[in-house]
Amino acid sequence: MNSKPRQRVAVAVVGWVGSLMLFLPIGFMALKSFQTEVVAAAPTPALVFSPTLDNYADAVQAGIGPYIVNSLVVLVASTLVVLVLAVPAAYALSIRPVVKSQDTLFFFISTKMMPIAAGIIPIYVVASNLGLLNTITVLVIMHIGMNLPLAIWMIRSFMQEIPGEVLEAAAIDGASGGRAMRSIILPLVRPGLASTALLCAVFSWNEYFFAVNLTTSTSTLPLFLQKFLSFGELYTAHVAAVATLVSLPVVVAGWMAQKSLVRGLLFGAVK
Amino acid sequence: MSAVAEAPLSRTEAPGRAPRSARTLSRRERWQRRGPLLPALVFTLILTQIPFVLTIWYSLQRWNLLSGGRKGFNRGSNFVDAFNDPIFWRSAVNTVLIAGVASVASIVIGLLLAMALNSTFPGRGIARTLAITPFFAMPVAVTLFWRSAMFDPTFGLFGFISRSVGLPSVAWLSDYPLVALIILLTWRFAPFALLIMLAGLQSVPQDQVEAAEVDGAGVLLRFRYILLPHLRPFIELAALLLAMNLIQTFGEIALLTAGGPAYGTTNITYYIYLRAFSAFDFGSASALGVVSLVLTIALVLPALRLLSGIFQAEGRR
Repeated sequence: MNSKPRQRVAVAVVGWVGSLMLFLPIGFMALKSFQTEVVAAAPTPALVFSPTLDNYADAVQAGIGPYIVNSLVVLVASTLVVLVLAVPAAYALSIRPVVKSQDTLFFFISTKMMPIAAGIIPIYVVASNLGLLNTITVLVIMHIGMNLPLAIWMIRSFMQEIPGEVLEAAAIDGASGGRAMRSIILPLVRPGLASTALLCAVFSWNEYFFAVNLTTSTSTLPLFLQKFLSFGELYTAHVAAVATLVSLPVVVAGWMAQKSLVRGLLFGAVK
Repeated sequence: MSAVAEAPLSRTEAPGRAPRSARTLSRRERWQRRGPLLPALVFTLILTQIPFVLTIWYSLQRWNLLSGGRKGFNRGSNFVDAFNDPIFWRSAVNTVLIAGVASVASIVIGLLLAMALNSTFPGRGIARTLAITPFFAMPVAVTLFWRSAMFDPTFGLFGFISRSVGLPSVAWLSDYPLVALIILLTWRFAPFALLIMLAGLQSVPQDQVEAAEVDGAGVLLRFRYILLPHLRPFIELAALLLAMNLIQTFGEIALLTAGGPAYGTTNITYYIYLRAFSAFDFGSASALGVVSLVLTIALVLPALRLLSGIFQAEGRR
């Protein structure tokens, strides 16, 4: 955009400094995860220290295992159900649209705008009556509800981009709805499905509100982290270790999918 | 999650596919088309609408778990209490303040950084990858980390930096809790705004930019008359998605400040949580839920209109 060398340097500096400032707390966190609590609590940040894996070992000792399993189960189950429900719904909102498809679409997104707190008491009471409190099941159900509207919007925007001629050609060739879905639509939107699934997985993995309100001991990783609050002042290095451990898979997935995620997040609203 | 369901917003048809013919479909064909939609629709209706109906029902009752459970209707006194509760109104103001300031700050930072990252320089891909990281890291984890390792006046990085330049270290969480919370949220959500702004910048019509450059238009003029109009729908969409997330802020408040000090960082979500699961007053918490629902609908309807407007503009292109 600008050819003057001085401007180019300025842009590079802004780009690097800004990016590094955003990344700094994460890098700092990863660094502290290898320090002892005493080193991590020094008023002057230690850059040179003898690294230790004790914090990670302590996390395993403190019983992170079951929480990891629970988080994975909730993530996989809820994301799979979301895809199974969202793909046909997105089809009915784009390729063979129902009457008032636009209103239905806005109904779905409106559910994401409403305060979750306004519904949590009945959800708690009903879950309690059904014996679902402190179970993985209730989290799976809530995560499906949380991610479904988003998934429908994203998948719809990917289906919207399939050229009409392709679908017409399939119809002329006598492909039924189900057939066209299997052999034409699904292959074409597969990258979109992948980025939708990834985003749903990230939100499920990170979800805290339902976990803290509906579960106690049988729960997901965010609740495991809460345990460190009882450690008093000196918990930084332990939190850093667990935080690094649980953030790593999501961060790596996000790094790899950054391009396609953006396209999905635009919801097909803007190109 | 609510009654805004059939909001009379979108008079436009779904762009693209034979929507007009939908009007003339046979009854059978209409139901055939509805079929694939029904499971998702029914699930969402049950999970999101029934709780709200129940919330209204609960809000009319005296129901405190500490004073012995459900004790019948109390003729709307929960609502009188809600309206007379200064903490509730304070939390409503905090909700708007937190979501508003953090959204705007995220978009400004995201846009500035996106403009830098959109030009080519050495290591641009790595810089971008590092910049978006905070959005993916687990919020509960990074909040706990920020609390001690960034904000703490003695052990924290901010305290260290201000001491190094000869300033007294600031006790962020007790003296400026709202600012601290907004800093944390902006840090988490600026990368999200950055991703959307980058997408917007990548589709800027380059021929217009070059023509303006040839005509001698400076950076500011090009920004004002070419970039900004083009980015408008992206900025609107980012604002909408950010606000949607930020009005629901819960974990960051619970773990950074626990809503304090003196309810200074309590938003509506957190206040309802306190009433319900700390004070165990289900009746009054439900009434607060209903009031916040009504307030949110008043805010959401314009937001949905905005979104619908973005769609219509896209349809015209």
